[in-house]
Amino acid sequence: MSAAHPPKEESALVLYRHVGCPYCERVVRVAADLGVPFHSRFVVPTHSLRDAVRRVSGQRAVPVLVDREHGITMSESANIVAYLERTYGDTGATGGGES
Amino acid sequence: MTAFHFDVVSLPPSDHPTAGETAPDFTRPLVTGEYWEDATLSEVAADGPVLLAFLPMDGTGLTTHTCIDLRRRGWADDVTVVGYSISTPYEHLAFVRDHDLPFPLFSDPRAGVAERYDVTHDHGGMTGLVGARPAFFLLEADLTVAYAWAATEWPASRPYAAVERAIDAL
Repeated sequence: MSAAHPPKEESALVLYRHVGCPYCERVVRVAADLGVPFHSRFVVPTHSLRDAVRRVSGQRAVPVLVDREHGITMSESANIVAYLERTYGDTGATGGGES
Repeated sequence: MTAFHFDVVSLPPSDHPTAGETAPDFTRPLVTGEYWEDATLSEVAADGPVLLAFLPMDGTGLTTHTCIDLRRRGWADDVTVVGYSISTPYEHLAFVRDHDLPFPLFSDPRAGVAERYDVTHDHGGMTGLVGARPAFFLLEADLTVAYAWAATEWPASRPYAAVERAIDAL
């Protein structure tokens, strides 16, 4: 309905979240622990007002992570955490894994 | 002389940015009818001229009527219109939806941006609350001010014709 003005995100990661959502906080904490920068996009608690989330992910629950660089959109905090650790962790695609 | 049974009060002088000067840049949550996210004015302006409209707070008649006026005039088709007030993102999101506004609103509950633009207004009788007086800044991509107006009295009538001329002259 209203025109959005997406900022030029420094990060390729966009996290849809809402204030006081513990599942969102878990993703935020893990991303911070991994040193992965991301851009927050806040929605309201009322699911019927979350069409923006549905457009990107096909459902209205948050958190939702959009990783443009890897062409990934995913929901469910456990999946997102596993994805972040796999992709951005020390043993992930960018890491070594000697020991 | 006609006696008016209401008061229009004069506001203190403002040292706000004027035409030819550079407007202060800032980052605040920018709220649409669906979500909000931090946005930086200079990045919003990089896409083209911006009309930045300072407003008192959501729910006041002046804010409601000004936003409806901005929508009806269709300026969002020509420039990037962004509103500003001290209302929270939750209030802004509902306000944008209620009035079907085709532009987003910056949220700044502590009025720091209004202070930097020198357009604050102490509405009186609400201890600790500082808002913005109505003000319009038409900004070019590098935040050069093409047109500026800040209310000098309260409540203020808004100089829409002058804004329109300034937009046409861009």
